[in-house]
Amino acid sequence: MRDALGAVQSVLVLGGNSEIALAIVDRLVEGRTRRVVLAVREPDSAQRSVDRLTAVGVDASAIAFDALQPETHAEVLGAVFAEGDIDLVISAFGILGSQPEFDADPMFALRAINANFGGAVTSGLIVADHLRRQGHGTLLMITSIAALRGRADNYVYGSTKAGQDLFAQGLGDALVGSGARVVVVRPGFVHTRMTEGMKPAPFSTTPDKVAEVVVEGLTKGRELIYAPSILRYLFAGLIHAPRLIWRRLGG
Amino acid sequence: MPSTPPEPAAALAVPRSTELFGWGRTAPTGADLRRPTSATELRRALPDPNPRGLLARGLGRSYGDAAQNSGGRVIETIDVDSFTIHESDPAADHVLVTADAGVSIDRLLHSLVPAGLFVPVTPGTRYVTVGGAIAADIHGKNHHRKGSWCDHVESLRLQIADGSIVEIGPDRDPELYWATAGGMGLTGVILDATFRCPRIGSSRLLVDTDRAPDLDTVVELMATGDADYDYSVAWIDLMATGSSMGRSVLTRGRFATAEEVGGGPRSDPFDYRAGVIASAPPFVPGGLLNGLTVRAFNEVWFRKAPKMRRDELQTIPTFFHPLDMVAGWNRIYGPGGFLQWQFVIPFGTEPILRRIIEDLSAAGCTSFLAVLKAFGAGNASPLSFPAPGWTLALDIPTGVPGLAPLLDRLDDLVVEAGGRIYLAKDSRVRPELVPQMYPRLDEWRSVRERVDPQRRITSDLARRLSL
Ligand SMILES: Cc1cc2nc3c(=O)[nH]c(=O)nc-3n(C[C@H](O)[C@H](O)[C@H](O)COP(=O)(O)OP(=O)(O)OC[C@H]3O[C@@H](n4cnc5c(N)ncnc54)[C@H](O)[C@@H]3O)c2cc1C
Ligand SMILES: NC(=O)c1ccc[n+]([C@@H]2O[C@H](COP(=O)([O-])OP(=O)(O)OC[C@H]3O[C@@H](n4cnc5c(N)ncnc54)[C@H](OP(=O)(O)O)[C@@H]3O)[C@@H](O)[C@H]2O)c1
Repeated sequence: MRDALGAVQSVLVLGGNSEIALAIVDRLVEGRTRRVVLAVREPDSAQRSVDRLTAVGVDASAIAFDALQPETHAEVLGAVFAEGDIDLVISAFGILGSQPEFDADPMFALRAINANFGGAVTSGLIVADHLRRQGHGTLLMITSIAALRGRADNYVYGSTKAGQDLFAQGLGDALVGSGARVVVVRPGFVHTRMTEGMKPAPFSTTPDKVAEVVVEGLTKGRELIYAPSILRYLFAGLIHAPRLIWRRLGG
Repeated sequence: MPSTPPEPAAALAVPRSTELFGWGRTAPTGADLRRPTSATELRRALPDPNPRGLLARGLGRSYGDAAQNSGGRVIETIDVDSFTIHESDPAADHVLVTADAGVSIDRLLHSLVPAGLFVPVTPGTRYVTVGGAIAADIHGKNHHRKGSWCDHVESLRLQIADGSIVEIGPDRDPELYWATAGGMGLTGVILDATFRCPRIGSSRLLVDTDRAPDLDTVVELMATGDADYDYSVAWIDLMATGSSMGRSVLTRGRFATAEEVGGGPRSDPFDYRAGVIASAPPFVPGGLLNGLTVRAFNEVWFRKAPKMRRDELQTIPTFFHPLDMVAGWNRIYGPGGFLQWQFVIPFGTEPILRRIIEDLSAAGCTSFLAVLKAFGAGNASPLSFPAPGWTLALDIPTGVPGLAPLLDRLDDLVVEAGGRIYLAKDSRVRPELVPQMYPRLDEWRSVRERVDPQRRITSDLARRLSL
């Protein structure tokens, strides 16, 4: 159960190798979290994380989950919830790709859509149903500031995240009154495997910093979290900036 | 050709859901809330098919998640509320009252006081039900003399998980009775109870007030003087630091006799008016209560108190239920809500009491006055909170930075002292500490196993703390 100070006891991570999600988990286990399920494409790939968590007394496990196999989501997630309540589900999987790759291979663009948006929707709906039934629980969706405005250099990725973000917002409203809720996290540029080798955008941050902001937001019961927080104010302006200026900023 | 619309898949339908929370307004969860309006309807609630079980709820005055059952069924008892004041020998010092579990102390007092009677124990609010009073084995300002609520119960009727109704009491299945006392609703649904209500000489109290400049003084005053009073409690200013750390206002008293109340325009010695004089606004932004406003409030409050006053006549609402004068005061803490932390540690561990108060004062958490009291002997219940020693209760807004680790450290001190925290107030303790705080937990569990082997009765508190 979530306690009065926002601490959670059990966590499921979809995309359980995500550096951002694992940084969040690391902070949560310093609090009340005692059960962690890492849902990843290849369970062996999460063994080191499982061992690390087990060493600090957490009941940790890895299960197979592929965002691109939506027809398996109901069964995979059902099995997790059958084992016991989940207080927090972190939806963290994602494919960044790059615009040149998408330009060269539109089918890869479709895979990104199917994973980032499609997989988030199918797994999100199934998670929401379980949370509604258990009468409590938080679905934390990691979207992106890239979801906020189309940009020449990442509009395929941006549009997949926009779909995911809008879905999460609506789902959050749909769950009002059920005890379950949705928290949307919009990170800026985060130094992880995903962005390795890329030129950092302004206000770039680290998984650990994102985790700090996210855990604080969970404690305070926030529904929308920017990481770093300053992006909230920056984007409040940028979103309405004249297109010409936006293009120049986009580089 | 007429076609039949497909049957809605009943098994798949998600039950209608209402979000419930405790008095602290934290961690709401959804439940299928039922509000039976007759004793028959109440009894039909069990046995229950809901896979996430069932729980009784009274007036929701427990602070955390004790009266919540996420995803399951919650039976609100408050519309089933009849009671009988039994005839008794006028020479006896008490009468018996039989009340439905949903009856509130508020309703009882409106009938009892004019008849020269009082409840055996009253908490700091009169808006609690008889069911909640038993399930939390509540205590009041008279604990050092009279023990807790369940020390005054003759018998009660409990509906257990399989739907059967058992009558239990201290001398009828005492094991189940004492597991129900303080059992946080987890042994079954209490339907009604018969308990002893003491006679009083008037509806006024004779109150002595002492202002204590620091912790040592108030501890000394209570340790040496409480035995002379029926009721005793100290309000302590946790924001005072340095030499004023622990400064308090101690109020102690007893019911006055009719003669002591004297004549005058409102001369009825059993006159009882308990009302609400104000209401908190429905929405209050966060941050209204901060270090500055609270510190200023506490300062004014301390200076206003007389250094020493004797034999002041006070009414029941003023003496027992001052907070009830403002309806919905729990909303002033803003949308983040608040929690109450209450512990008891044994006499003889005063250095730890001092250490805890030092830590709280140093942390500067915005806490209005806290309540300090010396408990008397505990009872036979494995999960009842009161035990001989010092109990301190304080409200803290959840937004205080660093609150979680601070309270975790303080919990450790409580355990080190051999103490415990109060489950009816809890919303955040570490589950692994509960068996240390309540060493008879397993004994309680085995009784629950006897009456509810399938755990059909459960709560969010039980889930969170793995009770
Ligand atoms: C301002 C304030 C001051 C307080 N002061 C004190 C105090 O001085 N001393 C003290 O001891 N407590 C105090 N309390 C706490 C309060 O007395 C307890 O939490 C009490 O249990 C609340 O009763 P309720 O009817 O609101 O029960 P709820 O909060 O609705 O429920 C509390 C528990 O009782 C169980 N329960 C309720 N009805 C039944 C039933 N019919 N059958 C089985 N289980 C049932 C519930 O399942 C739950 O576990 C205070 C609370 C407030 C808000
Ligand atoms: N890094 C940033 O700058 C940034 C900024 C904004 C938003 N985000 C978002 O934050 C989230 C986490 O990213 P991160 O930075 O932590 O990157 P990361 O470490 O690369 O994590 C992304 C994870 O997605 C998983 N994944 C990819 N395709 C999947 C599929 N089909 N099924 C299941 N899992 C799949 C990967 O799993 P494998 O281990 O199996 O490969 C990988 O662990 C993503 O949603 C990302 O879009 C990141």
